[in-house]
Amino acid sequence: MEAKPRLLTILDGVTVVMLIIATGMVFFYAPVEAVMGLVQKVFYFHVAAGWVGMLSFLVAAGAGIAYLWKGNRKWDVVGMASVELGLVFAFINVVTGSIWARPIWNAWWTWDPRLTTATIMLLIYAAYLMLRSGIEDPDRRARFGAIYAILGFLSVPLTFLSARLFRGIHPVVIGSNQPGAEGQFDMTALMLQTFLFSLLTFTIIFIDLLWHRIRLGRLQDRIEQMKLELNL
Amino acid sequence: MTNSDANIAERASRKAQRKTTPVYLRTVWAIVWKDLAAELRSRELISSMLVFAILVIFIFNFALELDARARFNVTSGVLWVTFAFAGTLGLNRSMAMEKDRGCLDGLLLAPVDRSAIFLGKALSNLFFMLIVEAIVLPVYSLLYNINLLHPGLIAVVLLGSVGYVTVGTLLSSMAVQTRTRDVLLPILLFPIVLPLFIAAVKVSAGFLQGLDMSEIWPWLNLIIVFDLIFSAVAIMVFDYVVEE
Repeated sequence: MEAKPRLLTILDGVTVVMLIIATGMVFFYAPVEAVMGLVQKVFYFHVAAGWVGMLSFLVAAGAGIAYLWKGNRKWDVVGMASVELGLVFAFINVVTGSIWARPIWNAWWTWDPRLTTATIMLLIYAAYLMLRSGIEDPDRRARFGAIYAILGFLSVPLTFLSARLFRGIHPVVIGSNQPGAEGQFDMTALMLQTFLFSLLTFTIIFIDLLWHRIRLGRLQDRIEQMKLELNL
Repeated sequence: MTNSDANIAERASRKAQRKTTPVYLRTVWAIVWKDLAAELRSRELISSMLVFAILVIFIFNFALELDARARFNVTSGVLWVTFAFAGTLGLNRSMAMEKDRGCLDGLLLAPVDRSAIFLGKALSNLFFMLIVEAIVLPVYSLLYNINLLHPGLIAVVLLGSVGYVTVGTLLSSMAVQTRTRDVLLPILLFPIVLPLFIAAVKVSAGFLQGLDMSEIWPWLNLIIVFDLIFSAVAIMVFDYVVEE
């Protein structure tokens, strides 16, 4: 039984402290947005969760390529862990977005490129898990998972592109000022600091959870092996 | 001396190259031919796809009340949904046939490049899909008194089918090796081919409504990019799908 690494314990502590600070900053440090009011506060964690959702998609595709290339089981564990986390964060992203959209756009849902893409990402993650659950052989499960993670990662940007060729009303807060976006606002310095800190916090949460999940996956593998040995 | 040796070696390798290209193509053709011959005898794949496609159009007719005005807007959507649904039926059947009684294992035992097997399967799947489309288009034209045999529309049906069948062949060869089998294919396939689907519907609608080419090109480019990326990736990763 491998002991929990010291560094992971420290990272757990850092994660909790950062999440508390980030929450505090969102509510007490960042000013209330003039037009939208309190509901705008969802923005900080909404974007951060979306960013982590995409990051985990990238990690899963990277792990998929690494697995196909090297054939090392540990990359399969990384890919699986990443997809599971991505599913959670992408879901948080979509739900918080809906909470914001109801008062601002007067609808829970629109067929905006970002919304469409985020949800397709969720569906691809879900399909990935269904694919894996239907395969007994761990080697084949790993290979198919890797292939599907790569295909999904290639398809998602194209979905975004095709949905954007339709029209979009989702505000683009960072970067360009897009006319016609509903719920557009300019960030003040305090808002920007809060936003960047939220991004950092969620990235750290992601790393922490990913580490835990990879450890769990490795332990699961060990248990499988031990069971096999006992049966022999 | 060494120079001439190198020359001979180079000439030999070039000769070998010239020889391997036709072998590769012959392998692909052999697999396509096998599928066509099997289909010609059983006729179960195309007939089931075709009947299903016509049924889908009938269901759409009553579900959407396809009167003249509605038809103008939704025809391309109805067509592509029909093709996508009929396509999954064909893809599943085509791969289930290979899994049946270990045909796939037999194919894999052959000392040929695995990508040739993939290309062969993809081409025969494409062929079946195109046959179904070639029948559905005139039937739809007949039923609704609308001319769908527009050269642009035929081109986009061709391009869209290439991308759909490429990804579909890869994913169906994965789905057939799982416990849930044919149920899984649409769940795996549809989210991946969604961009292709959106673009194909847009281009088809553009041609039918006589839009300017400058409005159609971005979508057409998207289809071409999709076809290229996914054909390349599918050929690269197929080895891992059939590896034992």
